[in-house]
Order: sequence, then structure tokens, then C-alpha cells
Amino acid sequence: MWAVFFLLLLLVLAGYILISGFSALQPGLLAFNKNGIGNQFFDTVYLVFLSLLISVPIGIAAGIYMAEYAHPGRTTRFLRVSIEALSSLPSIVVGLFGYLVFILMTGAKWNLMAGAQAVSIRSLPLIATTTEDALRALPHSYKEGSMSLGATQWQTIVGVLLPACFPRVITGIILAAGRGFGEAAALLYTAGQSVNINWSNWNLLSPTCPLNPFRPGETLALHIWAMRTEGSLYANSTEVANLSAAVLILMVFGFSLLARLISRSLDKKMAGQAN
Amino acid sequence: MGAAIYICGSLLTCGLALLIAAPFSLAAAIFITEISPKLGAHLIQPAVEIFVGIPSVVYGWVGLTVLVPFIRDTFHAPMGGYSVLAAAIVLSVMIFPTITTVAADSIRSVPVMYREAAYGLGSTRWQTIYRVVVPAAAPGIITGIVLGLSRAFGEALAVAMVIGKTRAFPASLLYPTNNLTAAIAADMGNSADGGEQNLALWSMALLLFLISMLFIVVIHGVSKKKEGTVE
Repeated sequence: MWAVFFLLLLLVLAGYILISGFSALQPGLLAFNKNGIGNQFFDTVYLVFLSLLISVPIGIAAGIYMAEYAHPGRTTRFLRVSIEALSSLPSIVVGLFGYLVFILMTGAKWNLMAGAQAVSIRSLPLIATTTEDALRALPHSYKEGSMSLGATQWQTIVGVLLPACFPRVITGIILAAGRGFGEAAALLYTAGQSVNINWSNWNLLSPTCPLNPFRPGETLALHIWAMRTEGSLYANSTEVANLSAAVLILMVFGFSLLARLISRSLDKKMAGQAN
Repeated sequence: MGAAIYICGSLLTCGLALLIAAPFSLAAAIFITEISPKLGAHLIQPAVEIFVGIPSVVYGWVGLTVLVPFIRDTFHAPMGGYSVLAAAIVLSVMIFPTITTVAADSIRSVPVMYREAAYGLGSTRWQTIYRVVVPAAAPGIITGIVLGLSRAFGEALAVAMVIGKTRAFPASLLYPTNNLTAAIAADMGNSADGGEQNLALWSMALLLFLISMLFIVVIHGVSKKKEGTVE
């Protein structure tokens, strides 16, 4: 029964975060200016979007290679261990790598693109392994049928195998996005802790344009951290951090529920086919 | 002194977090697989899995606003509740879902035959669980624990929020100290490039990297052993 107690504890935790976040809600706190968290919210979504632009093609390509092309042997085993190691690196180490390579080596200022690259390092292994697992889980007959119709291996992969495991890959991508929202330590020294957006400026090269990927951008998760270290500068830092935490949790819960729903409907479809 | 304070802080908080989280996780894993599989599979495990995704800053923030004042008022801790204990509790809540999911998956993959054989020999359900099922799932459970440990070891911001960040060995669990990740996260921005403190922080990051590699090697060693016993 006390396992249920621990579950209750987790539910209370989530409830506490949501209630304390939204109970002190004032319209000004959600505004897209320096008093509200709107800009941070936009930065979070935009940064995760940018990181997926990088990690999805590379991750899917890596998954295809591991499932369809790699020969079992020492190299493949080494690759597998590398992917696993990449997925369990502490996010602060990834952040420092990003700081070293994307900021210090390029001589750039803190920018969203560097942050997106750091986050994409974190989500790459997840996307690669889900793609590989999804491809391996397909029935052999798919591949054999396609091959016997004269399709090349590449045509088989692009035309038959990838579409067949598309929902699973999407599930993996959604999970990766959900994790990306909460990433903080990896962004500390890559995306920076300041946000300065001018919503009437749409010149992509301007440092205050919302869509410019090379401007500094603070995400919601980092905003919580900043509210703690620079909290004395703001009058209502506790409310802002509470609200940021609540919004962040809603985003993460929403995305993992979405992923769960997709994989459940997929399971149903698969079960239907088997009958 | 060097980095001894930071290394000691990391070991202490992670060790304590593991001591708190491992028994709970194991019990929860047994509950959702053996005792109440229906409830476990449809309600508890999905809920626990969702909690894996809660961002660590949020855990840190709740620790800062709830746990730290609680420790200050309950145990009359010096330094206002920022303490090793607070860090360990935050970490243990953070790694509980990780250990539970991995352990539950590995218990579930123990063949039904094992249980049937144990029941056939007249064992009770409890005897079956702790004499047969848990030992058979041990490699998976250990993998989960090591995964949790590596997550706790690499966690930066949540710990930095509640550990107090003082450069001293803690006199007791209620005293603040510092650890590797918190020091890197907090001081890297303030130290000049190429300065002594900066280089020391990079070395600590290297140490962190090597330790997380070590965890990977350990996990691989354990899972290789598992393959060996199944054959």
C-alpha cells in the first residue's frame, strides 16, 4: 500500500506545483514582455523546434543505419555503446561541451542556436534508438515483399519501412521534445540567461527579432534558475518562478500524454492487423 | 584542499539519495509487477513514467521553496535549511521514477516458469518474490540503480538550489556543502577564461565526464552478466 503512498506523494507534488503556480496568476505575469514569462515560453518552444530540426534528420539517419546497414561486429558494438553513453551524459557536461565548441570556438555570443545544438545532443540518442527499435520491430515480410517487387534497399527503407514505423518515430520525437522543454543545465552557458525581444521587429538579422536564432534566449527552465539567483532584482520573483514551473510541467505532461496516446492507438491498430 | 570538498559533496548527496530511493523504488517495482499488476500497468507505471520527465529545475525549485524551510523549522538547521539532507531528498525524489521503471521492467521479464516452479514447491507469494523473482531480476534492478545514481551524480541545478554552496566539509547532514556539478554551474560564468579557477572547473567537468563513463561501463558489465545467466 505504501507504494501507492509514494504515488500519492508524486501527485501531491504535481498538484502543489500547479496550484501554487496558477493561484497567484495575474494577467501581467503571462505577458510577452520583461515582466511576464511569455518571451521565455516562446524561447522554450522555439529552441526545442530548432533543436529538433538538427536532431531529427541525424537521429533518424543514425537509426536507419543501425537497423538496416550496420553489420554486427566490433564497430557496431562500439557505436551502440557510444549512443548509450551519449544518452547518459550529465546535462551540465553537454552544456560545457556546447559552451566550448559552439561559443568559445566560434567566438559567438550566447545564442539560441548554440543552445539548440546542445539540446539536440541530448535528444539524438533517444531519437536514434527509437527509430532503430521501430525498424527492427517491423515484420520481416514487409521488407521481403518490397524487395521481391524489385525495390532497392533504399527504396524499401524510404517507401515501405519508414512509413510503416512512422507513428513510433513520431512518439520518440515527441518524447524528445518533452525532455527538451525542461533542459536547463545544458543551456546555462549556451543559450544564455537573458531575453530581449522586440515583437514589432521582424528583421531576421536584428538581435531583438523573435525569430533570429542567433540572439541570446532564456528558456522557462532557466528562468526558474535565474529567479533564484537574481530573484532579489524582481519584486514578485517567487510568483514568476512558481508560474514558470507550473507552465513547464503542463508542457511536459501534455507532451508525454500525447506520446502515450499515439503509441496506444498504434498498439490497437497493430493488434487489429494481427487478427 | 583541491576539489576534495566537491567530490565528497557529490558522493555524500548521491549515496544518501540512493539509500532513500532504492528501497522505495524496489518496493514500488514489486508492487506494480507482482502484487497489483493490473493497477500497476494501467495507472501507476504510466504515472511514474510521466514523472521521469519532470524537469530537474522544477524539483530544485520545490525543494527550495518547500523542503529547505521545512528542514530549517523542523530540525533547526544552521544556515537556514540549505543542507546535504535537502539535496539528498531532492535527488531521491528525482531518481525514484527512473529506478522504479527499470526495476519493474526487469521483474516483469522474469519468466512465469520461475514463479510457477516456486509456487509448485510450496512457497508463499512473499517467499516467491524475495527468494526467486528478485534474485532473478537482480541484474536489471542493479542497472536501474546505477542509472539512477548516474542521473543523481550529473544533476546540477536542482542540487545547486538547495545545497547551500559553501566551500566547507559538512559537519553533519544538516550542514551545507558544495558538489561538483553545483560548483560548475554556479561559478563557470563568474571565472575569467584561462584563470586558475576556470581551469579547475574544467578539470572537475572532466572528472564528471569520466565518472559518467564509468557508470556506462558498470551497466554494460552487469547486463553482460545477465545475458550469461539466461543462456
